[in-house]
Amino acid sequence: MNDKGYKLVQGNEACVEGALAAGMRFFAGYPITPSTEIAELSSQRLPKLGGKFIQMEDELASMAAIIGASLAGMKSMTATSGPGFSLMQENIGYAAIAEIPCVIVNVQRGGPSTGQPTSPAQGDVMQARWGTHGDHPAIALTPNSVQETFEYTVKAFNLAEKYRTPVILLMDEIVGHMREKMTYKNISDLEVINRKKPSCKPEEYVAYRPDEDMIPPMASFGEGYRYHVTGLTHDETGFPTNSNEISERLIKRIVDKVEKNIDDFSYFEEYKMEDAEMAIIAYGGVSRSAKSAVDQLRKQNIKAGMFRPITIWPFLEKQVHKVSFQVKEIYVAEMNLGQYSLEVERAACKNCKVSKINKVNGELITPEEIIEALGGRYEL
Amino acid sequence: MEKYEIRLSGSGGQGVILASIILADAAIEQGLNAIQTQSYGPEARGGSSKAELIISREEISYPKLRKANILLSLTQNAYDKYIASLDKDGILIVDEDIKLSGNYPVKTYRLPILKNAVEKFETAMVANIISVGAIYELIGEDVIDKEIMIRSISERVPPPTIQKNLEAFEEGINLIRGYYE
Repeated sequence: MNDKGYKLVQGNEACVEGALAAGMRFFAGYPITPSTEIAELSSQRLPKLGGKFIQMEDELASMAAIIGASLAGMKSMTATSGPGFSLMQENIGYAAIAEIPCVIVNVQRGGPSTGQPTSPAQGDVMQARWGTHGDHPAIALTPNSVQETFEYTVKAFNLAEKYRTPVILLMDEIVGHMREKMTYKNISDLEVINRKKPSCKPEEYVAYRPDEDMIPPMASFGEGYRYHVTGLTHDETGFPTNSNEISERLIKRIVDKVEKNIDDFSYFEEYKMEDAEMAIIAYGGVSRSAKSAVDQLRKQNIKAGMFRPITIWPFLEKQVHKVSFQVKEIYVAEMNLGQYSLEVERAACKNCKVSKINKVNGELITPEEIIEALGGRYEL
Repeated sequence: MEKYEIRLSGSGGQGVILASIILADAAIEQGLNAIQTQSYGPEARGGSSKAELIISREEISYPKLRKANILLSLTQNAYDKYIASLDKDGILIVDEDIKLSGNYPVKTYRLPILKNAVEKFETAMVANIISVGAIYELIGEDVIDKEIMIRSISERVPPPTIQKNLEAFEEGINLIRGYYE
């Protein structure tokens, strides 16, 4: 560490450090490139902190294991990439309906299927929203630096605990494998949120009766509070129900508890947007190219700016809508064939033109490609 | 100080990724900005391996290299693949066994990296640290203190091999200093 408190850290390592700072004490996973370092470092760090690391037989089991650990009161995480993320979808839905806090890290690589194991991509954006079946809440955060990976892993845990829901940290290979400076300096100032516990006696506990904030207090298994957990639609006791009324109330509540609180976790960055006439919308690794492009375009007197969502789900409706009034054209740059851009088009309501900059060859979109799309010249 | 964009290439297992980490680590310790990235073939050993490093006083947004101003290639494959990405004013460091194409008239150091690793240090494992020494000599002590480099190497190599690696580092420095075409 240098005298300013900076250290060289890899994105995947920062994710583990963030998770530990947030209180993660259980990790189950099946290593897969480009997320492997997260499992590797967790296996080294957790036993020393009294935590548990388990390498499971596959990603279905990994997801099941972190759900179980969370029910027993542990802050739990798994990490994977595309193929493993697909296998986790069933149990992500289980965690959503049974309201079990957990963090799923997806360091995106080229897909579909086993695709390009060592190359970056952002093709899982829609999967992070709709990968599991049925209507369900989704929170996904997308860091673009090593420092942010640390900080937003902490936030991912906080949101999972606060809203009793699975939270996805949607990274990409660029950010996961990159090493750059990071500081642990303010680590003691980090806000760490723990799940709300019941204050009633065990015999009075109704496991799925929500408080006014729509979130039921959560007892840990083994503390004397008995309750039933199921993936079936259930009533407040946790037992399955066929009631149409109760079913509708449950699904609306688990979605609303997240979506009605979006202002609590609308994380984004605006870069040189004050007087921008063109906005680049980019997230994760690509936003670093976009920022570099904005700087070069500004030197050529092209009024470009960048809007960067960090909260990628729920969609930042309000903020993107505002951008659409402000600029003549929005360019959505992403390493897929156009996923986030669909949402941007919808929120822009034809207030401005929405164009796409896409790439799926396994390489990061370059500043040059963005500059040329916006009518600038690329200069080395 | 200008911005350094350095590409290190070789085959998997030669340690070019570690070499790039050691240099990046030292740059950060020095208070500079640095970004290290890597890509590698699916094979852990024997596949092609490439690491990239940017060192700058300015904040670094785009994390990849635009045009390398220093290229290290330890294998023929790596050289053939990456030579075109070297800036025309850039510097090439290659192992002496590599056949140069002649199409790229850049400042070139052909060094006995692999040979000296085996003959002087009895292990090809230190070839990466000899390379670190060579690259460091080109970057210069005015950019990164030598003490910081020595600490960075010592912290990142297996403890029983620290002495050997520090000697390998000096070897790399001397190969550049004593170089004649």
